[in-house]
Amino acid sequence: MIIAEQKPFEEIKRSIAPAHKVLVVGCGTCVTVCFAGGAREAAILAASLRMAFKLNGDPKEITEVTVQRQCEWEYLDAVAEQVGKAEVVLSLGCGVGVQAIAERFPRTWVVPGLNTSFLGMPAEQGVWVERCAACGDCILGLTAGICPIARCSKSLLNGPCGGSQDGHCEVNADIPCGWQLIYDRLKALGKVEMLYEIRPPKNWRASRDGGPRKIVRPDLRLIEEE
Amino acid sequence: MAQLTSSDGYLSGSNLERVLRAGHFAVTAELGPPQSADAEVIRRKAALLRGFCDAVNITDNQTAIVRMSSIGAGAILAREGLEPVIQVTCRDRNRLAIQSDLLGAYALGIRNVLCLTGDHQTFGNHPEAKNVFDLDSVQLIQMVKTLRDERTFQCGEPLRGTEPRFFIGAAESPFADPVEFRPYRLAKKIKAGANFIQTQLVFDVAAFELFMEKVRSLGLHQQAYILAGVGPLKSPAMAKYMKENVPGILIPDELIQKLEEAGKPWAGKSKDELTKEEKKARSEAWKQKGIEICVELIQRIMQIEGVAGVHIMAIEWEEAVEPIVKGAGLYPRPVVEPLPA
Ligand code: SF4
Ligand code: SF4
Repeated sequence: MIIAEQKPFEEIKRSIAPAHKVLVVGCGTCVTVCFAGGAREAAILAASLRMAFKLNGDPKEITEVTVQRQCEWEYLDAVAEQVGKAEVVLSLGCGVGVQAIAERFPRTWVVPGLNTSFLGMPAEQGVWVERCAACGDCILGLTAGICPIARCSKSLLNGPCGGSQDGHCEVNADIPCGWQLIYDRLKALGKVEMLYEIRPPKNWRASRDGGPRKIVRPDLRLIEEE
Repeated sequence: MAQLTSSDGYLSGSNLERVLRAGHFAVTAELGPPQSADAEVIRRKAALLRGFCDAVNITDNQTAIVRMSSIGAGAILAREGLEPVIQVTCRDRNRLAIQSDLLGAYALGIRNVLCLTGDHQTFGNHPEAKNVFDLDSVQLIQMVKTLRDERTFQCGEPLRGTEPRFFIGAAESPFADPVEFRPYRLAKKIKAGANFIQTQLVFDVAAFELFMEKVRSLGLHQQAYILAGVGPLKSPAMAKYMKENVPGILIPDELIQKLEEAGKPWAGKSKDELTKEEKKARSEAWKQKGIEICVELIQRIMQIEGVAGVHIMAIEWEEAVEPIVKGAGLYPRPVVEPLPA
């Protein structure tokens, strides 16, 4: 899922300061699961902002609402009326959610309340880790199900660099070396020879380097395109 | 070594290639370009290395700190009559930029290239930079070889006109993790096209012997020239720092003790208690010992089957190269004339 974290409170305050009527919009999907922008976080943030502005002698009308999925039009349409009344929408969705609001409500000023960080998962209570960089051409089948694009600091394809030591990456001791993990797992599975083969340069066009991406599935389209 | 060669029988015809092909024990040295546009620095360092090595390896923004480019510094060096090995890392440039730089480097007279992954940019002085890593070092080696032997760009288009004919180097860190994979990673680099290999600094000769045993069992020493990385330690503190902090560097305690002993006359006094002169004398004593240790290491490494030379890394201490090379009995350096065309 998409992992995000809330922006610093002061930054959020500054971004909505010029407005009087503020609508905080939470999202019930990924950012709820990672405790960054669900109904609970939206309520707490709205209350904190109300309090802070009131103390500053600038009381604002700050309300909140949470939609099930901010990244889909139909869920946004359900809150169109509230959005229409707000001078600014503070989105607690991921970057996709913020943009969905901007696109659906052309006359609405929307600002992000989260920093969208990565595609990942919870590793333990309160800890989330990156797992995929959405490169568009998955090679997990060659690397024992561990992604060298997202989990090697240099996205290497032919094995570990010379900076791998004691299981961690040269960047810092908190980062496990992705290639050590791949090596260990391939070894445990008796497939270490897979690493002896030279992997050719990656086609980064499938990744962001080919420009913004789009997937069209003719089989799912409603209108015949012929 | 079955390789496509140019008409004179060499891959590149570089001095380093000729020395190695002639069977001499090669010596290369390292030169760090300045953090400025001062050509004089290169010339000054070149003067310290002239005659004491077969080629000079120029770092490419080492430790991710901006310095004069390895190609720029290499061109100055070539004009001075020394032979450059330019380092090329994958950190800062994509396949377009690297190929373009290789064409330019060759046109400037550079004949050796060392293909590296590159230290991560967060180490250096621009930690907020975006990195590239379009290719990794293995793919980079392949690209340089394809340009030379197939006269083809990475994209598959033919290169019309003069192709860059480089003697291709690669690095290997024998003691980085996972240690048992290292000889195989070396094998990959050689399969990709590496003609010579520079290892990370070796201080633990026994551990290096084990690595070379594996290298020999894979027959790698017969497919590429392996140059062992060596370097003088400047002080016990530097040795301890490297041992603790630099991945893939093993320094036996015994070497650190030797350095400490050299500083014994000044031991027991804190930094503030020593006069400037005393500090200088202590530092000299350490450096002397560091050079001595390095000479001994080279002499032991020369006995290992399959080692074709040494690469001396005395960065910001180029003065040390002369006494090391002389001390190890590797002076004068051989003169190998090019084969007649
Ligand atoms: S290989 Fe690409 S798609 Fe697969 S996990 Fe890694 S980044 Fe994601
Ligand atoms: S240490 Fe490991 S994770 Fe870090 S850059 Fe090198 S190979 Fe990648």
